[in-house]
Amino acid sequence: MAADLPVAQNPDGALDAHPDQPARKGRAWKRFRRNPLAVVGLIMVAAFVLIAVFAPVITELPRSCLRDLELTAANQHDYRNPTKPAFWKAVFAPPKSCFTIARVSFSTQPADAATTKTVLGTTSGGYDIFYGLVWGTRTAFKVGLIVVGIAFAIGVIIGSLSGYLGGVFDNLVMRFTDIIISLPSLVVALVVVMVLGKSIENIMLAIAVTAWPSYARLMRGEVLRIKEEEYVAGARAIGRRPLGIIGRHVLPNAIGPIVIVASLDIGSVVLTAAALSFLGLGAEIGYADWGQMISFARDWILGPPGKPFYFWYVSFWPGLIILLFVLAWNLLGDAFRDVLDPQSK
Amino acid sequence: MLVFVARRLLLLPVVFVGVTLAIVLLMQLLTPYQRAAAYVQSEQQIRNIDSIIVQYGLTDPWYMQYGRWIGQVMKGNLGYSRTSREPVLTTLGKRFPVTLELAILAILPVIGVGVAMGTAAALNRDKPIDQFARVASIIGWSLPTFVLGIWLLVIFYGWLGWFQPGRISDAIRISTGPNSGFVNYTRMMLVDALLNKRLDVFWDALLHMVLPVVTLSVVQSAQIMRVMRSSLLDALGRDYVRTARAKGLPEHTVTHKHARRNALIPVITLSGFVLIGLINGVVITETIFNYPGLGQWAAASAVNLDYASVLGFAVFTAMMVVLANLLVDILYGVVDPRIRYE
Repeated sequence: MAADLPVAQNPDGALDAHPDQPARKGRAWKRFRRNPLAVVGLIMVAAFVLIAVFAPVITELPRSCLRDLELTAANQHDYRNPTKPAFWKAVFAPPKSCFTIARVSFSTQPADAATTKTVLGTTSGGYDIFYGLVWGTRTAFKVGLIVVGIAFAIGVIIGSLSGYLGGVFDNLVMRFTDIIISLPSLVVALVVVMVLGKSIENIMLAIAVTAWPSYARLMRGEVLRIKEEEYVAGARAIGRRPLGIIGRHVLPNAIGPIVIVASLDIGSVVLTAAALSFLGLGAEIGYADWGQMISFARDWILGPPGKPFYFWYVSFWPGLIILLFVLAWNLLGDAFRDVLDPQSK
Repeated sequence: MLVFVARRLLLLPVVFVGVTLAIVLLMQLLTPYQRAAAYVQSEQQIRNIDSIIVQYGLTDPWYMQYGRWIGQVMKGNLGYSRTSREPVLTTLGKRFPVTLELAILAILPVIGVGVAMGTAAALNRDKPIDQFARVASIIGWSLPTFVLGIWLLVIFYGWLGWFQPGRISDAIRISTGPNSGFVNYTRMMLVDALLNKRLDVFWDALLHMVLPVVTLSVVQSAQIMRVMRSSLLDALGRDYVRTARAKGLPEHTVTHKHARRNALIPVITLSGFVLIGLINGVVITETIFNYPGLGQWAAASAVNLDYASVLGFAVFTAMMVVLANLLVDILYGVVDPRIRYE
């Protein structure tokens, strides 16, 4: 979303060469490294990746998940031992039941870390906040990568066809993207999720629907630029078909900037998904998902009389994690835009 | 200019057809029973829904259904909202002023704070003010509306007890209810309170708006600040600024009259995006603060699978966005005389 906002020129630095030239790449990396905020962003994203990958190792897995990993009481800690197959299964292909937040109790009230002997306490229903947040990181990356992947694929295909073919097709596609981009993404997603049904998968689909047009436009712009290059004229002269030219010559040269823009959108995609599941359009209750964790907090804003912050952990931790995740991607995105934006000279 | 406005207004029906067509096609994924909900006008009709399916031919091909649906919309029938228990059009009319009032109050701090902070940051480049503004803006930009809203409630409602969720206090609701002599002229509480000469209502309504307005403004002001900062930095490096300085104008005139006016142009472009951000934000903010506007109704309707309401809301929003973008474009021409409408 933020990527297509008009970012004005940054007066310092002089990067006017083409992005593919090695000299520029070296200097860009140097500039990136010198920006402390960018490095902080990179470290934060890396930390989230590690949390997501090693979720089974840092959390105490609930019984249903252990059962699906074919672990019994005798060898139940095998999932933390890299020499055992259960470890690899838990890390790379965890059964769906592992995404169900571990329940410490069935209490209707939240309880703090000390009473429940959990890391961060529990929400109403006895759901372990720490477990929900750690496995929610996995959900977040899953949502982010799949949505960006789908939107990227659609955007690149339609954008390159639109740019290369031009004419009526181009016109139709661009008017359609005009409409989708001008609509508030949450409203479009609301309609799509409602029609398809409430679930995490449909949330992903709905966000992909609102995200692809901006990639299509970027791609179209790149293709229009590259179409005029001599090597494309050469390919056309020796009689290659349009699809062949797009695949062999145009795509490889155009795709770079869009890969970066798309990957930096992971933060905002996860944010929209969390907002939709906060509104109650996401997965069933108990699924490890940040939006749902923060919606638990809505019922526990007031403490008992005289103790205003009695349930602080229910709203604080999920909020903090979502904030840090979005912040990390925004820091990274900012730095990349400063370094790679061809306008910033 | 008039030609330009007229041509842009002609776009309105195009967007209308585009949005509604997309929605009707999407609706084909639903069963005829679910689709019938969009035509129902009252509770009684829900009971004999089969006759509605027959009456409106909901098993016909989609283009027939589309034509018929448009026909109903032209007559002002947008269906019946199960969530608010009245026709969709009535709810839109009642709730739009409530949200509009909130949006107007939110957009003032958004633009004011954003432009002021962006200017201060750019004029003091790399000094503490600038560093602070940049860090504040990136944190503000990253703060999800639903997280900020909940945190504000925990602090200012749960702990300090200064503000409450909702539109007005219960006591005030009773004293402004039916038969109380309080007239709802505009359905904007602040305006109505003044027109009824009820300062207590005005004050109460204003207090209830503080937290939603803050929640809505933080994210958007951060964006405006960022763009204002970089566009002012760009303007300050231009030749006309050097010329202005060379001819001996006071520094304040140079920065505020010459550079800032030009730097505001990208901010106006951004205000179109700010409006879209506000609509997204309103859905979440109104839900958190239990604020009875369009957004809360839309979110509740979506969770209730109340198709008629959500479709009505979507079509209405699309129209609003087109109109607002037209306004932004006209504003463009006012600010930047180089832009001509042909």
